[in-house]
Order: sequence, then structure tokens, then C-alpha cells
Amino acid sequence: MKLRTALLGATAAFALAPAAQAERGTDGELKLLYSQAVSVMTPYLSGGTKDIDAASLVLEPLAGFDENGVVFPRLAAEIPTLENGGVAADLTSITWKLAPGLLWSDGTAVTSADVLFTHEYCTHPEGGCAQLSKFGGIKTIEAVDDLTVKITFESPKANPYTAFVGATSPVLQKAQFANCLGAAAATCTDANFNPIGTGPFVVTDFKVNDVVSLAANPNYRDPAKPAFATVTLKGGGDSESAARAVMETGEIDYAWNTQINPELQEEMAAAGKGVFISAFGGLVERIETNLTNPAADLPEAERSTVKHPHPFLSDVKVRKALSIAIDRQALVDIGYGQAGKPTCNYVPAPADFASDNTECLTQNLDGAKALLDEAGWTDSDGDGIRDKDGVKLSITYQTTVNPIRQDFQALVKGWWNEIGVEVELKQIDPGVFFGGDAASPDTYQKFYADVEMYANEWDGTDPETYLGQLTCEAIPSPETQWQGENINRFCDPAYDALVAELRTTGDRAKRAEIIKKLNDMLTKDSSTIIALVHRGRFSAISNTLGGVVMGAWDAELSRASDWYRIK
Amino acid sequence: MITFILRRLLLAIPTLLFISLMIFLIVDLAPGSPASQIPLTVPPEVKAKILEQMGVNDPMPVRYALWLRQFFIVEPAYWIDSLFGTTLSEGQQRIVSWQFRGPVMDVILERIPQTLMVVGSAYLVGVLIALPIGIYSAYRQYSAFDQVGSFVAMLGFSVPTFFTGVLISYIFAIKLGWFPTVYDTTLKVTDWESFVKQLRQMAMPVMVLALANAATISRFMRSSMLENMTQDYVRTARAKGLSERTVVLKHVLRNSLISVVTVIAIGIPSIFGGAIVTENIFKVNGIGSALINAINVSDLPMVQTIVFIFAILVVLFNLIADVLYGLLDPRIRYD
Repeated sequence: MKLRTALLGATAAFALAPAAQAERGTDGELKLLYSQAVSVMTPYLSGGTKDIDAASLVLEPLAGFDENGVVFPRLAAEIPTLENGGVAADLTSITWKLAPGLLWSDGTAVTSADVLFTHEYCTHPEGGCAQLSKFGGIKTIEAVDDLTVKITFESPKANPYTAFVGATSPVLQKAQFANCLGAAAATCTDANFNPIGTGPFVVTDFKVNDVVSLAANPNYRDPAKPAFATVTLKGGGDSESAARAVMETGEIDYAWNTQINPELQEEMAAAGKGVFISAFGGLVERIETNLTNPAADLPEAERSTVKHPHPFLSDVKVRKALSIAIDRQALVDIGYGQAGKPTCNYVPAPADFASDNTECLTQNLDGAKALLDEAGWTDSDGDGIRDKDGVKLSITYQTTVNPIRQDFQALVKGWWNEIGVEVELKQIDPGVFFGGDAASPDTYQKFYADVEMYANEWDGTDPETYLGQLTCEAIPSPETQWQGENINRFCDPAYDALVAELRTTGDRAKRAEIIKKLNDMLTKDSSTIIALVHRGRFSAISNTLGGVVMGAWDAELSRASDWYRIK
Repeated sequence: MITFILRRLLLAIPTLLFISLMIFLIVDLAPGSPASQIPLTVPPEVKAKILEQMGVNDPMPVRYALWLRQFFIVEPAYWIDSLFGTTLSEGQQRIVSWQFRGPVMDVILERIPQTLMVVGSAYLVGVLIALPIGIYSAYRQYSAFDQVGSFVAMLGFSVPTFFTGVLISYIFAIKLGWFPTVYDTTLKVTDWESFVKQLRQMAMPVMVLALANAATISRFMRSSMLENMTQDYVRTARAKGLSERTVVLKHVLRNSLISVVTVIAIGIPSIFGGAIVTENIFKVNGIGSALINAINVSDLPMVQTIVFIFAILVVLFNLIADVLYGLLDPRIRYD
């Protein structure tokens, strides 16, 4: 395979030599290291970043997101917009045109039937497709001709770039996956490990949770790309050893997610064999406040439910005091270094969606104390803890077991103690915390604590569904088996109305205005969500690897076709 | 002897069934859910569907019965099929991982070679180092050699592999640059050059594991030798005028090896069990790293299958050790 690929690559490049400067397959082997090994080569059976990244070397969507979050064509001939008529004026449909002459890596033609099939594959009622939400709100999908696909939505869709946009919803080959619908999806091991794609590389060997070997795709649409003849994607170890393999020993060209403490970052950068690169998307480490009462003496079905408002966190002044007592820059310096930035926002990016909310960035302990005094919380019995009407400002602060989070907990506890708030820390195994087991008292949805800390983001560039998670109807409760994403139990009719307005607004500037307003309602105005750190993707690349543009809106490897060896 | 073996094999069946139930209960009742591996960006209803499709929500007895059936009927049938081209397992679901949606057994088989290669050679190297050290230490008890040997054995015992592993990799890979830190599992040994490459990538994990193995076995060898050295038959042999060499290496060593051989045999299943920490440090990705990874992501079928295979091996090698003991020591008879 290697030889054949190299030969094909060489011939192709030879034929086009005058036109192309680079040649396919001339730069040897590209070595990638992921501290989490790849389990499966399709994003449809896994939500894991490592699997989505690996699959993006082989499978491609109609369009991708660039480093600024702008949609650019991949398999599509151009991006359908309102201006070129690709998106219907009433926002109820979008028409994609495939670029002509596209081939799968096995040499057959890519047609609209493949696109239709992919939709059928993921939306099959018996399937467990991890990217089902990408295909939400689609009424019909039809092939106008061999290269044209029209998607009609159930209601006007202001952001039509969901299905087939980004590495989480690539096009599958119908011929290969035809027998893998529904419950059979998981049994198609060969197809799931060696999918036929249109991307720059093809899988030559797949070892589950260990290593993926790939070679340049002889039928890739750009005859000069990819520059690398083979790719080895090794998995295992931890972020520190992955970073060392690039920065200190130089064995590896690209190590993913090298999240290490800032001190080590500097030490490794000094070795001079590589650099750290970062890109910031929507990921925010935050403290969520519980607006309902988690007290253990309440009946089981009423704990942390809207029946009982929180004794002190329902007071906006208390929440605000907690927020401004935190020195966010100190948190970044101790935990993230180049991989994080202090933030006050729930939606910190893309730039035009981010509110100019920076008030919380300066720590203000005196201001926090004044706020608590003003709200009537004083230390009446002289024990160092503020109280009011017999209720003490005593907080249970939970998060997952994680060294950085434990450092954060200790620092925040110090600041909160200083303003007269008692803090009890609690750490939960991430498998339980995020496990969603309705019988466990320790899930993040159940929220049997006053505040909790974790990170979250959204898929793609548009935060509409992410903001929609804070509507009244998404509050988790015993009636919903504790399912629901409104962790704070925040409920404001004005917010809900604005979310509804966002869903029907197509104009980007207007959307930005609404998104900022929603963001401020959660953060600046109510301090319901105490944002701490805007976290970025953080990877290490060798000095000999060129062409890497790190983006946060699509898979990290989705543009590996442009990478080359610096000689 | 045959009846003894048969009786032990029959007894092993209820033992293994009981072990499998215990493993299942422990793994199943442990906190954590595969749901935690699905990112928060996936909506709850989609998450529920994925779990449903995995079969996570079925009642526990159903899942246990299914696993038993898959392990004892479907998997063997599948192997018979692939050997003889029959169709016994057609349409039957093999044990499938929750994490990568592929057959668990295929991955275990894929992982065995590198584990055997690395952990197995470390065991072998460990034994080869340990025996001479143990013998000489016992022969020259309290000599400088014995003291140094004891010190090194204590080090091997008490310093955990997560420390020696990182230390060795820091010295030999990062500072000296002699060995790679990333183990290449795709490397095929075809010529001298690739053989050297294989040796280089195995050097560090083998060093770490061999130290730990040698420590245990050399202590066993030493104490077993010491015990025999003071026996009457040794004095008799010396009185007969046999050379020291014959006395120690023929009479004492042979008798001392009886217990050491059983210790070595009982240790063999741990080779298949892999070395969780060392495999992870050097990215060998054998059985050990497959197990810890499966535990981390709550991949119950994978954990259950791997741990149960260990259990079978432990039961089997205990039997082998017993049989060996009977063969080596004429004083022991099982009939």
C-alpha cells in the first residue's frame, strides 16, 4: 500500500509538476501522539475528541470551520448563503452542491446518495448515533441531482450550518456502510475501524486504543497534497510525557492536549525542539451556583429542586460577592499558563459574540465584603463566618478529582474565607460526577452542593443550543430522572423569551447582540454562573512541522492535508 | 496423578463460575458509568439513546447471563468457525466493548504479543539474574556480595515502578537519548536493523520490570538455598569428599529449586496480566494498559473479560505448580 501510494502520489505530482510546488507523499512520516488512544474511526459512534480528530484525517464533511470559526467548503463546491440563494430566504432550507469530480479513496465517485445515506445512518431510530443533534430539526433531505442535496427544516433555522458542517458530521460512503444501519452499526467493525473517506489519508492498519497507521490518499482532490506519505497516530501515556516526546526528545511531530502546569511549560519550551500552540474556542471553566436548596434535611425528592430556593445563594449580592472575591489571573497562572485566559463570560468566543464584560477580572475583596454587609450578612456571633437570621454563609464546593481543580478549590476557599464565608470542599470521581446515574447523589445534575466547578462548551461556532440550556424547561428534577442541562435551576421568563427570539433571528449582527445580552444575564447581571478561565486547546508541535494552523472550532487534525516538513 | 488433575480440573469449574460472578458484581456495582465518557455537548436524550443501544440499561442478571453465554458459547464457536470454516456462531453477538464497539477478544489477542514480549522477557531476565544472585548470596551469606544483593533486592521490592519507570526514562531517554520513550507496536522484526530497534525500545520497560521480578525471586532462591545448606545430606556430601562445586550446584541447588520453580510457575499468569503502570509509562499498550483504560471508561464487558481470563490463568498455573511440585519432589504424592 505504501509503495503504491507513494508511486501514485509521485506520478500525480509529476504530471502536475509545473503547476504544483509541493508534491504528494514526499515528506515521509508524520508522527502524532495522543495521550488518549483512538478507539474508533468514526465520530458517529463516539463523542470523544480523540476519535473525532482521528476520523477527520479520513472522513470529511461538506464544509468545515476555519480558525476564526468561518465556514469554508470541503466537499461542497461553495458555501450556500442567503446571497447566493443556497439558503432559502425564509431560512427553511439549505441546498448544498458537491464539488464535481470528487472520488472516494477506493476510486468511486462521491454522490448526493452518500450524503442522504449519512443522514439516514445517524438518524436511524434503533441507532445510538453520538452526533444525532447535528441532524436535529431536519424535516426532509432530498437529492435534487447527483451532486445536489436539499435539506428542508421543520421551522426556520437561523443557523443552517449544522448537518454536514464540521468534523463531527462527515459524509460516509453508502456502499461501505449500507449494512450498518441502526442496531447493526456497532457490528460493522471493519467499516468503523477502516472507513473509506475523501480526506487526505486512508487507514492502513488500526489497532484499537493503540495506534492508527495511515497513508496518503491516492485519490485526494488536491494532487499536491498531502505532503506526508504516511501518518502514525500513537495513543497512550499522559500529557506530560506526550509534551516531552515533542519538546525534549523530538521523537514526535505533534502531541495533542499537552495540558501541563505553567512551570513545566516554560521548562520544556526552553529545550527548543518544539513550540506549544493554543487556540481558544468556547470552553469555560466555571463555578455554577445552585439557586435551590441542597440541604440534606429536606425530603429526597425536594432537595435541590425549585420547591426550595437557596437560603443565601438566591441573593444576587451574595453571588456577586463570591464572584468578585476571586483573582482569576492567579488561577490561570497556577493552573493553565498559556492554555488559559481569565474570563467573566459564559460565551467567550467567537469575538463578535463575546460580551465586553470585564468587571470581574480585577479581584475586589473590599467590594465583596461591602456587598455582603449591604445585603445584611454580618458576623453577628464573632466566629468569623457571616450570618443572617440564624443562617450561616457556609458553602459546600464540589468538583471532580483533578489536580488543577483541587488547586483552584484551595485558592478560592482562601479568598472566600477572607470575606467571611465558610467553605467545605468536596471531590468526586469524574466517572460518577458526569455519569448521570439517577441513583447516585454525586452527579453534577443532581447538584447536592451549593456550588460546583467544571468546564463546558458547545459544538460548532454558534452557541444557540448552549444558551438554550438555561431555560426554565431544562431544569433537572426527580420527575425528569435528573436529566436536564439547567444546572443552576435558573429560571427567568425574560431570558426564555430572548432565547426564543434568537432561534428565529438570521442576521449575524442581531444574533450577536442577543447572545451578548443572554450572556450578561447569566454572568454580569446575576452572577448565576461564575466564569473563571477561558480554556484553550493546547498542543505541542515540533519545529520541523510546518503549515499547522490551530483552530478551536473544528477537529485539530482536520486540516492536516496542509501540513509539511520544514527542511 | 491423573485422578488428582481431573479432580482439580472439575473443582475449577464451580470456582471459576463463582469468580466470574464476583468479578461481575464488583465491576458492576462500582461507581462510574460509561455515560461519563460522552461529552457534555451531547444532549441528554441522545446520550440516553447511546446507552440504550450499548445495552447498559438491561437488568444485571440479564447482562450476566448474556456475558456467560457469549464467553463460554459464542466466543469458542467463533474460534471454531474461523479454524474450520463452520458457521456455528453466525448471527450471534460476540462480547462487544462499550468503548470501541468492537469484539473484546480481538483486542485482547492483538495486545497479547507485546505484553508477552515485554513483560515476558522482563520475567525471563529477572529469573536469569535472580537465580545466580540468590545462589551466591546464600553460599557466601553475610559477605559484601550478599549485603549488596540484599540492598538491591530491597530497592526492587520497595521502589514502585511508577518511580523507577519515570526515573529510567528521564536518564536514558531524555538526558542520554539512548532509547525511545514511545514504544512502536507496529514494528515488525524482519532484519538485523529492526531487531536492534526492537531491543532498544524494549530496553527501558524490561529494565524496570526485571528489577522488580529479580528482587522477589532472588530472595526466594537465597532463603531456599540457606535452608538446604545446613541439612545433613550436605555435610555427608562434603564428608564424602565431593568438590564444593558439586555439593552446591548439584545437591543443594537441585533441592532448593523445588520450591523456587513453583514460585516461578505461580508468577507466570502475571505476565499475561501485563504491567499496568510500566506499560502506560512507556506506551507499550499491552493487556495492562487495555485493562486500566477499560476501568477508567467503565467499559464493563472489557474489564470483566480480561479479569476473568486472568482468573483462569491463575487457577491453571496453580494447578501446574502443584503438579510440578509432585514431579520434582518424589516425597510428594497426590494419590
